Amino acid sequence: MRKKLVVIGAGMASGRVLEHVLAQDPDGWDITLFNAEPRGNYNRIMLSPVLSGEKTYDEIVTHDDDFYRQHDITCRFGESVVRIDRANKVVLSNDGGAPYDKLLIATGSAPFIIPVPGHDLPGVITYRDMDDTQAMIDASHRPGGTAVVIGGGLLGLEAAAGLTARGMAVTVIHLMGHLMERQLDPAAGYLLQKDLGARGLTVHCKGATKAILGKDRAEAVLLEDGTVYPADLVCMAVGIRPETRIATDAALEIGRGITVDDHMVTSDPDILAVGECVEHDGQLFGLVAPLYDQARVVAATLLGQDAAFRPVQTATKLKVTGVDLFSAGDFADGEGREDIVFRDPARGVYKRLVIEGDRLIGAVMYGDTADGSWFFGLIKDGTDIAAMRDTLIFGPAWQGGTGADPLAAVAALPPEAEICGCNGICKGTITAAIEGGAASLADIRAQTKASASCGTCTGLVEQVLASTLGDAFQMPAAQPVCACTDLTHEDVRRLIKARALKSMAALMQELGWKTSCGCHHCRPALNFYLLADWPLDYTDDAQSRFVNERNHANIQKDGTYSVVPRMWGGMTNPAELRAIADAADKYAIPAVKVTGGQRIDLLGVRKADLPHIWADLNKAGLVSGHAYSKGLRTVKTCVGTDFCRFGTQDSTGLGIKLEKRLWGSWTPHKVKLAVSGCPRNCAESTCKDIGIICVDSGYEVGVGGAAGMDLKETQRLAKVTTEAEAIDLTVAFVQLYREHAKYLDRPYKWLAKVGLDWVQAQIVEDPDNRAALIARFDLSQSVYQRDPWADRATPQAQADFAPLADFTREAAE
Amino acid sequence: MTWLDIGALDDIPQRGARVVKTVQGCVAVFRTGDDRVFAMDDRCPHRGGPLSEGIVHGHAVTCPLHNWVFSLETGMAQGADEGAVATYPARVEGGRILIDAARLIRGRAA
Repeated sequence: MRKKLVVIGAGMASGRVLEHVLAQDPDGWDITLFNAEPRGNYNRIMLSPVLSGEKTYDEIVTHDDDFYRQHDITCRFGESVVRIDRANKVVLSNDGGAPYDKLLIATGSAPFIIPVPGHDLPGVITYRDMDDTQAMIDASHRPGGTAVVIGGGLLGLEAAAGLTARGMAVTVIHLMGHLMERQLDPAAGYLLQKDLGARGLTVHCKGATKAILGKDRAEAVLLEDGTVYPADLVCMAVGIRPETRIATDAALEIGRGITVDDHMVTSDPDILAVGECVEHDGQLFGLVAPLYDQARVVAATLLGQDAAFRPVQTATKLKVTGVDLFSAGDFADGEGREDIVFRDPARGVYKRLVIEGDRLIGAVMYGDTADGSWFFGLIKDGTDIAAMRDTLIFGPAWQGGTGADPLAAVAALPPEAEICGCNGICKGTITAAIEGGAASLADIRAQTKASASCGTCTGLVEQVLASTLGDAFQMPAAQPVCACTDLTHEDVRRLIKARALKSMAALMQELGWKTSCGCHHCRPALNFYLLADWPLDYTDDAQSRFVNERNHANIQKDGTYSVVPRMWGGMTNPAELRAIADAADKYAIPAVKVTGGQRIDLLGVRKADLPHIWADLNKAGLVSGHAYSKGLRTVKTCVGTDFCRFGTQDSTGLGIKLEKRLWGSWTPHKVKLAVSGCPRNCAESTCKDIGIICVDSGYEVGVGGAAGMDLKETQRLAKVTTEAEAIDLTVAFVQLYREHAKYLDRPYKWLAKVGLDWVQAQIVEDPDNRAALIARFDLSQSVYQRDPWADRATPQAQADFAPLADFTREAAE
Repeated sequence: MTWLDIGALDDIPQRGARVVKTVQGCVAVFRTGDDRVFAMDDRCPHRGGPLSEGIVHGHAVTCPLHNWVFSLETGMAQGADEGAVATYPARVEGGRILIDAARLIRGRAA
């Protein structure tokens, strides 16, 4: 006989209870779920991204119809419970009753409505559920709409930011002296207000609402000081109170919320309560982390296990895109407390740590919150910080060595360090899941719930994945370049152009690099960005290049190099082949191989021999094939009309023209081309970064193919009738890629981010822009199209490739 | 300690390295962005990569083969990797690079 569980309220806490119960005892309960909202469980803390348009409702649903059906849960959504009949153990709604063995009250909270005149006008709403969110979205559709948000706390600011993102002119009225006074100190509040101001939000602190004005609906808000703000929409976000009406009517014990004991049981042993509606030990709960803890305890109690709820400290982050703030613990001034403060006005960074004795008790961070969870861990664990006090404010990367490895800080976290505050998931749980086979963010979310609620720890979870899986895990795009900065590649590229940063030193100074001269992750990327954007002003820095590009040859696993001469369009002749054969003999080359790009690879050359073999090959007219570069590699061709009976155009000739135009250019990643003379595609154009297929009526230019880790077919950029147009499109595409792509993104990856449509609009449909791109490419080529072999034929260059000193002979004497 | 002059500071680019051949194998001599010099074995303990070809940043170098990072001061691997490279005393005097000879040519005694 299955026991009957009735749940009132489908919120985040009750959803979690159901999961726990069903996971441990899938067949033990006959479950009925009431919800006043006409829908099931969704992620309420993700309403802000829905409001701002960054997510849709479907994306924040935590439990869909399938889930309820699969677990045989009777859903009574849109049905308000009117009464609990404790004597007969029945829950009554207008549509009938539902008997229970155990009842769980999860009615959540209701927003405060300030009882000022006009508070009941249409157009005055609160911000609590999906209906409120939808009402705000609807209101924002009116062009030129104005909104006033009353309340400058967490929820009010998220509402304000969302409405601003939807195009409304928004004013925030806040009663206190600075925003988010419960989470932030005045300095961080000031920075937040400044940032929001820069986004077009008006903030009015110390503002008391006197009345909401309007005839048939809200039109304006009047403050006590006489200020009037026009408002088509007024959103009240001044606070919440536990929704206890049903419990009160049922004569359960009530304080500010429904009173529960450590087992989450109310004054009636068959009735439990969970979430924002409860009061435990005199305390109310609004953030999601303690609610999830409660849910775990509720499930244990229902299943007859012993568990007790113990509230823990929680940290706060604001979910407004582009605003980075974090606060945790107690940060009020007080006797015996000391501050450590760090400010970087240029970057808008403020960090404050509050220390009492040798313990960190509070942290407020604005603008750079990367170390938030580390500080939070120190607060929660009561760690003795005396030994690292001097460098504490600089975060974990400074403790015990250098911060050279961007993942070192995460790698160094102990297994019990908390990664996901919402769900209380520690690093050890995540690494255990990874060892069990989880290999992506989605896997981790599914298996551990980490990063599955508010999502602000996503970056950390990804770092745990990266530090555990190594190269097997591909970090997603929105990551900082490396540990030297918090900026993403996209930010850096934009700022290099916008602020005309033309040297590595200027870039690192102006963008606040955290290290003296970067690291092996950022320097090659920055070197490329600078030389691509400022070909005439920036000087290429060989020391910021990976060994292959610095030595103009591919390093092999034994420290020798490979040498690949260019063969234009895959064409060669007896004189070149003879020179290659002679060089192979002279330098005792151990292996000679034909490459997939239609040329010849000499493998196993010693570094000191490189300038000499290059000089010899140069004499026969051979130049570097750049087989080692993030740049143009080869242009593969078929023989085309010259010899082939199917050929439609001179594919070899076009391939050679393209290679002569593009060689020597540096690009975000390697670029391979091919030209096929007919749709039989013997040059395999359809899996190249740029692939041209000749047809009777012209040239089909495809882009974004790949045949490496990923296999991608090219997408049609355009079809053109003349060879000149095909060359123009190719050059413009390469330049567009050079100017916009993230370093180490192949064209197909970049295309997936910007979209083929955008690229077509830039270079196919806009002839002026195409011409400008081509002109910028040619300007760059005037500087960079140089044969590195010829440049290194000098005695000085040859000496640079040789050892500085040789003591082997001395020793032998 | 006998100091051997192995070349001019300007023979090595800033944030770069050159090698010195010894009977014990190559020693990499690094010049950092602040014009300090450091010497260590030119062989990564992981897969034998030539550290002299790595990118030099701060007082550290990244192995070109698999991105292990070593402190030039101590020779210790940084971050999560474990390993160490032997280091040799080195200094700059009057624009010349000096290295402790005893370690470099100890093959003579062998």
